[in-house]
Amino acid sequence: MIKLGGRVIQVHEIGSERATLFVMSSNPNLPQVLRADKAFIAKSRAIPKGFAHYITFESFVDEVSFSEGESFTVLPDEFNYLNDDDVVRITPNKEHIRVLYRKKATNNTIMITEQCNHYCLMCSQPPKNQDDSYLLSEAFNLIKLIPKYTKEIGFSGGEPTLFGERFLELLDFTKSHLPQTGIHILSNGRAFKDVSFAKRYANINHFDMMVGIPIYSSNSSIHDYIVQSAGALDETLAGVLNLKRLNQKVEIRVVIHKQSIEGLLDLCEFIGRNLLFVDHVALMGLEMMGFTRANLDSLWIDPYEYKDILSDAVSILNSYKLTTSVYNHQLCTVNKDILPFYRKSISDWKNEFAPECDGCKSANDCGGFFSSSLQHRYSDHIKAL
Amino acid sequence: MSKFKELESYATEDSSYELLPFKFDRFNDESYIITNIVGEYLLIEHEDLEALVHRKLDVTSRLYSQLRSKHFIRLPKEKSPIEFLALKLRTKLSRLSQFTNLHIFVVTLRCDHSCPYCQVSRQSEDKSSFDMTRDMADKSLDFVFRSPSPAIKIEFQGGEPLLNFELIKYIVDSAESRNRVAGRDLAFVIATTLSLINDEILDFCKLHKIQISTSLDGPEALHNSNRPRPSKDSHQRFVAGLEKARDRLGYDQISALMTTTELSLDKVKEIIDEYLRLGFKGVFLRPLSPYGFAIKTKRFMAYNTERWLQFYKSGLDYIIELNRNGVEFSEYYSSLILKKILTAQEPGYVDLMSPAGIGIAAIVFNYDGKVYASDESRMLAEMGDRTFELGNILSDSYEDIILSDKLLDALEESFTLSAPMCSECAFEPYCGSEPVYHHAIHKDFLGRKPESEFCKKNMSIFKHLITLMESNSDTKKLFLGWANR
Repeated sequence: MIKLGGRVIQVHEIGSERATLFVMSSNPNLPQVLRADKAFIAKSRAIPKGFAHYITFESFVDEVSFSEGESFTVLPDEFNYLNDDDVVRITPNKEHIRVLYRKKATNNTIMITEQCNHYCLMCSQPPKNQDDSYLLSEAFNLIKLIPKYTKEIGFSGGEPTLFGERFLELLDFTKSHLPQTGIHILSNGRAFKDVSFAKRYANINHFDMMVGIPIYSSNSSIHDYIVQSAGALDETLAGVLNLKRLNQKVEIRVVIHKQSIEGLLDLCEFIGRNLLFVDHVALMGLEMMGFTRANLDSLWIDPYEYKDILSDAVSILNSYKLTTSVYNHQLCTVNKDILPFYRKSISDWKNEFAPECDGCKSANDCGGFFSSSLQHRYSDHIKAL
Repeated sequence: MSKFKELESYATEDSSYELLPFKFDRFNDESYIITNIVGEYLLIEHEDLEALVHRKLDVTSRLYSQLRSKHFIRLPKEKSPIEFLALKLRTKLSRLSQFTNLHIFVVTLRCDHSCPYCQVSRQSEDKSSFDMTRDMADKSLDFVFRSPSPAIKIEFQGGEPLLNFELIKYIVDSAESRNRVAGRDLAFVIATTLSLINDEILDFCKLHKIQISTSLDGPEALHNSNRPRPSKDSHQRFVAGLEKARDRLGYDQISALMTTTELSLDKVKEIIDEYLRLGFKGVFLRPLSPYGFAIKTKRFMAYNTERWLQFYKSGLDYIIELNRNGVEFSEYYSSLILKKILTAQEPGYVDLMSPAGIGIAAIVFNYDGKVYASDESRMLAEMGDRTFELGNILSDSYEDIILSDKLLDALEESFTLSAPMCSECAFEPYCGSEPVYHHAIHKDFLGRKPESEFCKKNMSIFKHLITLMESNSDTKKLFLGWANR
């Protein structure tokens, strides 16, 4: 597991006490004019002058010496992976660092709010009902610092569309600053039931922008229960229809657990008959974060137990020629017919393998586990293949 | 107390569900079938049907979930079920706004075969009596390009259309030159036995991307007895022509249709094997139509619908077994019905749509200048029933023909959503109207459904397909694949 945030060991003389974003650089020959917003990764005695900030790590702190007046941060060694073009937020008064963008990550997701109008039983990022518009403001700053070559970035929450117009501005702003970067949005889709909002979204006219929308059951009582919000599915479906009427890309995301497994095949047939025009369907394993742990008894089902249902679900979606993926599963818990749809989907920073995986010949092809699964609950049927 | 609410608190209004429109019928001894206007279906037991209608369903049952998922019921405040029903109905009917796509040109009635069941062909050297003229072809093309359809398919039929290949060339060249302005998605098909195919014809087909629709009735002996030529070599010529055409035009450019005669009835496996041997990916198990010589020579009466259904069912069993053994092969009539049953799409098969496909999906320009509402219509006319003769291409305008009472009455009176016994039939969403067939047999557009062999045949097939997939999950998977091809 890669640590993305935590306490710093020491922060020295940053101009502001408030959160500041820095782009990392290890290039001692960077032209002076480019050093103004960058933090230099210092690992040796030779420290180039003129960077906005310097970052070093616990085990280098004896080798590195800073001149007077230079602002620097000493981080625990677990942040030693930081690399050129990565973006971090340093909050001096809280002695805290957060890594917001990593060049090496295949997808970087920017969380722009912790507020949500759902309260999903298995939420990995439990919502908080407080004003956090500073996160949105920060996202505008962050977008400007992200390298132009980035292939894709994600926006998530909470529910990002709760910011309404400001959210659309962020998307437009992102299109301006990262014109070649695809955008993936995680949203419950309800905001798009408002045709004029959906139209304004479509008018951003982005070349590669997709909304990933969760649907957990074709029976709205069950979907509404899982997301803990009455009337949710009806509005989500209206949102999906509006987006597709406007030719926007939509992905349906189904998290599989004890509450959704029973209706999974009905849901797949429903998607095939009613939502044939969506661009992607992802069937996803459960992440052991946030509320999932509190509700584990009503959510947990061993993936090995539902592997035949998963095969049937994929077979239905594939028959309807829907582009289908299976996320967050281990190779030893799925049938062979899943392989063409199997994706190594777990973000690198929270991706690990279990002790049972030792000696597994398929480990390179396997998506492995969420770190949280290894801590809390994973299949009883893991074995080296 | 948990901050999460129980399922029950999101299901408090579940028992206040409303019925959305559906039809039902007894399916077998145990169950009823319910269907809705977009073709969703469920098999349910009698007591569940009663509970459903009287709003006494167990709202925690899987059935309740399925009924909501398939839009048989909704909660009063829900909007999406109606939206989806409307969307799917629009999708299924969308072909209507496009209007006539298939335009059949009977370029000659002359033929080198003398098939006993054939409805129309002539053994004759007399070109002047049985060939379409250039003037007729020009007028027919005027008509074709009046169709608002963005996609236009011109199919050459006969007789053996290759006996008038000069006119085919003329029509293709003229149509393409008109299309440089009209800008339609223009495609050509030649329906031929392949007995007369040669390099010159194939070069022309290649150049103009013309597809070939051909006929194969089964193994050599069966094919040759169904399709006699003076030299008794129909099958041999077919196989040689098929290979040549595939080499030159591409494997997927040649399709084949079979005709079932009484000689075919106990040979379904051999017929399918012959399709397999010759590299086809499927077969269309077609019953003989009751037109023309088929009735005159009593061939049609030589077997009844019941016997044909046996033939079809055992063929389908064999095809399912083939697939189970890893050989991909499909039956095309089943496939198009399964598309209606299992998807929101409409296959657009002219003989199984409502409103009927006559005139508004397909239209025929005959060798003698007559315009017919369908291929079967001209065969009926050969027997003396000119009900579906819509006019003459040399003297009548597009409006005369398309707006003629002959066409509009037939369309309106046979429309299944208002036809007696069709409108309330649970299988109506999968069926179609066939005014030409019913007029041939019952002398009116509607026919008498209890006596209709069309009705009997299709109802049996619908039930059979549903029974097969409900009783075996592998068959359901196979059928879902066919439905979505």
